[in-house]
Amino acid sequence: MAWAGKILRVNLTEGTCKSEPLNMEWANAYLGQRGLATKYLTEEIDPKVDPLSPENKMIMTTGPLTGTCASTAGRYSVVTKGALTGAIACSNSGGFFGNEMKNAGWDQIIFEGKSPKPVYLFIENDKAELLDASAHWGTSVWDTEEAIKHNHGDPQIRVASIGISGEKGVKYACVVNDMHRAAGRSGVGTVMGSKNLKAVAIRGTKGVSVKDPKRFVQATNDAKKVLAENAVTGEGLPAMGTQVLMNVINEVGALPTRNHRDSQFEGANDIGAEAMLKERESDGKPNLVTNAACFGCTIACGRISEIDRTHFSVAERPEYQIISGGLEYEAAWALGAATGINDIEALTFANFICNEQGLDPISFGATVGAAMEMFEDGVLTTKETGGIELTFGNAKALCDIAELTGRGEGFGAEIGLGSKLLCEKYGRPELSMTVKGQEFPAYDGRGIQGMGLTYATSNRGACHLRSYTVASEILGIPEKTDPLESDGKAGLVRAFQDATAVVDSSGMCVFTTFAWTLEDFAPQIDAACEGEWTVERLLEIGERIWNLERQFNLAAGFTGKDDNLPARLMKDAAKTGPAEGKTSGLDTMLPEYYEIRGWTPEGVPSNETLSRLGV
Amino acid sequence: MQMTLKLFASLAPFMPEGAKDNAVQIEVDEGTTINQVFDRYQVPHKMAHLVLINGIYIAPADRATRALVEGDAVAAWPPVAGG
Repeated sequence: MAWAGKILRVNLTEGTCKSEPLNMEWANAYLGQRGLATKYLTEEIDPKVDPLSPENKMIMTTGPLTGTCASTAGRYSVVTKGALTGAIACSNSGGFFGNEMKNAGWDQIIFEGKSPKPVYLFIENDKAELLDASAHWGTSVWDTEEAIKHNHGDPQIRVASIGISGEKGVKYACVVNDMHRAAGRSGVGTVMGSKNLKAVAIRGTKGVSVKDPKRFVQATNDAKKVLAENAVTGEGLPAMGTQVLMNVINEVGALPTRNHRDSQFEGANDIGAEAMLKERESDGKPNLVTNAACFGCTIACGRISEIDRTHFSVAERPEYQIISGGLEYEAAWALGAATGINDIEALTFANFICNEQGLDPISFGATVGAAMEMFEDGVLTTKETGGIELTFGNAKALCDIAELTGRGEGFGAEIGLGSKLLCEKYGRPELSMTVKGQEFPAYDGRGIQGMGLTYATSNRGACHLRSYTVASEILGIPEKTDPLESDGKAGLVRAFQDATAVVDSSGMCVFTTFAWTLEDFAPQIDAACEGEWTVERLLEIGERIWNLERQFNLAAGFTGKDDNLPARLMKDAAKTGPAEGKTSGLDTMLPEYYEIRGWTPEGVPSNETLSRLGV
Repeated sequence: MQMTLKLFASLAPFMPEGAKDNAVQIEVDEGTTINQVFDRYQVPHKMAHLVLINGIYIAPADRATRALVEGDAVAAWPPVAGG
């Protein structure tokens, strides 16, 4: 129950689609989605495989509660060896695609091999077939999604696809579903492109059954009440979205600015939630049109925006004078503060391009920031950039380079390498603000100490969503800790990591954790899934998943030395704000973290830990 | 003495006239507390969930006693989150 009990195995080399039963022993040990797909990947590929070779596999995976009436239960993930990092990759997306996949009766779709020509997978409940995608190759996510729905004559089909960036090998290409929701990080779309797989289109009408329907409805209603009555999930997020953080993080002195040279941005108030609500002089309308919800979500934090039609980016481009997915905090930070640009309309345009062509806006914006620093240092000139004045604060340059990167053309192809490879290519590796090859998101590890440890130890490379200690250190959820203090952060990070691994494996959204604890998840999972699902069992599963991911990375060639931060965060003190004079305390946090994890001083899970967890 | 008041998100409507970019310079007496500033502009204490002085968090229990000094910047938000 809850699990559909079926996996679709798609061999792209041979052009076959076969159904097989879900391994329930693994489902009981790893729950679903992130955990379960990681187990399959670990069992089925050599971790040393080239991420872009046919030997790598890509798994689209739902959680047991995906497609049910639980709040936010529309999530799916894409699990593979990441093109950007060479590490385990798991990128989670909302929208409506995950629900459709589950309602078609599939827990996972495992893609293996490489198609000799561009194809897309079409699923209608039990029926699955690979269809010719040559007409869609070379087109954007937006065009592909529209064309597939049109060709099948069914607007209710849900589509997840890659843009031109994924076809061209941009290292941080996303898989985008429902026009503007994305499995965004680590280059999962690049892997999809390497397999000549343009899209997955699904229509599912079978429904999802649960173990005890009456108890499940009661448990999910109780949990929805908690979300509705919580001031953050009931009021704050729907009204202001994640973008409300822009001024918060700037005030606490942890808003990485101009490639982390600074930790406060003078233009923060021009690009945050308050700016999105401001009426424009040109048309009297705000950038924000409305909020929006993914499948089954009772929070509705999404932003839907419209660019000022007189803005230079769209004035002559009616195709972008539309209402579409707007700026979320991470995108606004990467496209704005990281590049020193305070033009919210330009950021919205660049964000539209990221959605249209399937670019991770975090890695894209952060890479542009690194390139801007090299440009200002004279390492890059207009000769390399094709005439673009890539200076900090240049909004026109950002818009131009977004379009080039989206199409993998000109200097955009170089920006598409990601910050690490780009900075190495031009002899300035120290300017890459990355861990394990993945760009930092929107929090400075000097001003929020727990986030430095979070980035250093994240299994998929620098990431805020693996242990969002900002909740505790800044927002006081579940309890307030001091962001400038490194003591006690090892335990905090570990607790967030394990709990988040559970949420990411359930089919529900991590944003519920601003109101829910595992005490709220457990009754919903227990009512839906066969067996007994307690908080203790879920926590053990979270720890098991974390250790399994770690084992994959170690087998892929990573070591404890990769649990590191750039010298800029370790040696260069923050210049302003509350963190002025501070560097990251990673050196003291990391050994304690290894010990708490039951790992050796070199960062290797001990035999005792692995044995206890059954990894 | 002079201080800066910053009100964000749904607290922004409580800002006095003359505020720009969610901030305003105001004149207060020596020894004024955070809660007294909020009272002056009818900011409900319950809505001021996250309160910072110069970027440093001030716990609710300290907002009635913590005296402001010349040049302080008080920033406040209702319950918010992101990611």
